[in-house]
Amino acid sequence: MSALAKLFRTTAFKLAVVYSIVFAVAASLVVMNVGRNVRGVLEDQISETIDADIRGLADQYAQGGVQQVVQSIERRIRQSGGDIYLLTTFAGEPIVGNAASLPAATLSSDGLVETTYQRPGENKAHRRALARVFVLPGNYRLLVGHDVEELERLRKILRRALGNSLIWLVLIGAVGGLFVARRVLIRVDAMSESAAVIMRGDLSKRLPVAGSGDEIDRLAENLNAMLARIEALLHGMKEVSDNIAHDLRTPLTRLRNNADTALRQTGDPEALRETLDKVIGEADGLMRIFDALLTIARAESGTGPKMETLDVSRVAEDVAELYEAAAEEGGVAFSFAIEPGLLVRGNRELIAQALANLLDNGLKYGTPAAPGVASELRLVVRRVGPMVRLSVEDRGPGVPAADRDRVLDRFVRLEASRTLPGSGLGLSLAAAIAHLHDGALRLEDNAPGLRAVLEIRATTSAPPQVGRQGDMTRAGTG
Amino acid sequence: MSDMRLLVIEDDSEAAAYLVKAFREQGHIADHAADGLDGYARAAEGDYDVLIVDRMLPKLDGLSLISSLRAQKIETPALILSALGQVDDRVKGLRAGGDDYLPKPYAFSELLARVEALGRRKGAAGAQETVYRVADLELDRLSHKLTRGAKDIPLQPREFRLLEYLMKHAGQVVTRTMLLENVWDYHFDPQTNVIDVHISRLRSKIDKGHETPLLHTIRGAGYMIRDGAA
Repeated sequence: MSALAKLFRTTAFKLAVVYSIVFAVAASLVVMNVGRNVRGVLEDQISETIDADIRGLADQYAQGGVQQVVQSIERRIRQSGGDIYLLTTFAGEPIVGNAASLPAATLSSDGLVETTYQRPGENKAHRRALARVFVLPGNYRLLVGHDVEELERLRKILRRALGNSLIWLVLIGAVGGLFVARRVLIRVDAMSESAAVIMRGDLSKRLPVAGSGDEIDRLAENLNAMLARIEALLHGMKEVSDNIAHDLRTPLTRLRNNADTALRQTGDPEALRETLDKVIGEADGLMRIFDALLTIARAESGTGPKMETLDVSRVAEDVAELYEAAAEEGGVAFSFAIEPGLLVRGNRELIAQALANLLDNGLKYGTPAAPGVASELRLVVRRVGPMVRLSVEDRGPGVPAADRDRVLDRFVRLEASRTLPGSGLGLSLAAAIAHLHDGALRLEDNAPGLRAVLEIRATTSAPPQVGRQGDMTRAGTG
Repeated sequence: MSDMRLLVIEDDSEAAAYLVKAFREQGHIADHAADGLDGYARAAEGDYDVLIVDRMLPKLDGLSLISSLRAQKIETPALILSALGQVDDRVKGLRAGGDDYLPKPYAFSELLARVEALGRRKGAAGAQETVYRVADLELDRLSHKLTRGAKDIPLQPREFRLLEYLMKHAGQVVTRTMLLENVWDYHFDPQTNVIDVHISRLRSKIDKGHETPLLHTIRGAGYMIRDGAA
């Protein structure tokens, strides 16, 4: 498509053409209206002049009869340029006047009429005039009129002016349209080019913004915001796949090394057995990572498992009871305060898993860094506004404010915890589960220590009463 | 617990051969069916103690196989093996009439323990007995009273359920996941050794001060309660 053809096809140019036509029609209507009004005013003036003339001549007749009227008319003919007079007998024989060749109908008409006439001694036939016929006593007919050539001239001037301005209007409209279209086209082309660059893989490229704040800028800004989001997501995905590659390679390498060692240990059944146990341990560890990743992916995509109305207080009590013994064994003072009967719509297993992960983290990383501080782990479950808040608080070193968002990402493990066992998926899994339940996972400062706050949207509808064994205390200390 | 008749319905011949061999090494009789229809026919005819059914099978999938058997009033316990390990998949499997569900990959010790638990369930009157006995340990399921020798041992409610499950399967290996599923009714991965801690507390209650320990740790598999002499 040639550049010009492209220009003609732009919306801006098409709009310019449409508006040129609209303005042309509007201008024509205005000029026509003005012309009609001006003509009306002039005709009124002419009509008044004629009436005054007639009244004057009628007075003359009353004073001096036909003779005086004839003299008056002759005088007026000599003086005026545009006025026409004709005095006839009843039979229509002209007595005096400067108009000839009048249509017969004119002389018998009533009121103001437009008529044609010929000036004596002139070749031009059919001059136009406005005239009125007045019948004097004695049945003389007096025609007084005024030439309207001037009106015609005015009409012509207006018509010419209208024609000229229409030509200019269309010209300016077309040029202006082309100019605007070109400007828009340049910007749209620049955006298309940027888009092409982005499609070729340079995701850091952005669409140009002219800075005028117009609709194209707004569109570009929104598209840029979308691109930034896409870039961030892709970046996150790349980071995840890098991390997966790293965090799966490490145990895979260990597994392979162990299998290799086993091959060379055929002479020593006990050592062989031990090495093979390690192989199985590594394989199980990989499986756990894999399962956690799958669960996260499912929870994040929202195509997660079946949700039902359940008593989250019950789930929290179960998990607390499950971890209580382990905490005590590890010398951690574990306590919990659980508001009974809180209902949420969710998946029991996943909520339990998320809570277990948080408690597990608390046990693993919650050892106080400062001397003299006792190890403490606390689970608090209560309703806050529309959410059920499950918080797990420890007295460990906590997570620096700058890292709090990052540790929720997959596989992120802070340097301080690298030496401890774990996949780095526990918090991301808990965060994904919170997200699936229309909530969020936040990490806060427990001063000192970490407070992991898991929020899940509460529901008020009653759950189906499911009889479950277990005779839990509602609150307790470990 | 030996001499069970097992049917492995699994289309992956290598996995099936491994299972059949491993079950035979444990003293069981194991047959193999390579597709769903063959599996259905054998399960309907043969007198098996437990069916081990792969979920995805040619000709007739595992869940349909089990529900067809149940429709025919064949109640042979069935354990479903599946590459689908999510919570919902388990629920579907159990709803189709399966008695247990084990996601792949699994440890053979886990599978064996579960198969033996299912096999026992079929014949035993365990569920009806009101008193479980192992050596001099006695658990009264109605009064929740536990005695060893002449001594009363107080139990927390959860400890009661834990011991009840172990004693119901006395002489059988019970894995950690079986305990989490049956005593706590959860299927998630608890990451830390939370179950071990509960077991060691229970152990200190029933074995402390006694010459013969009854609650044993089976390396690489789980736990078993049995008379030390046996």
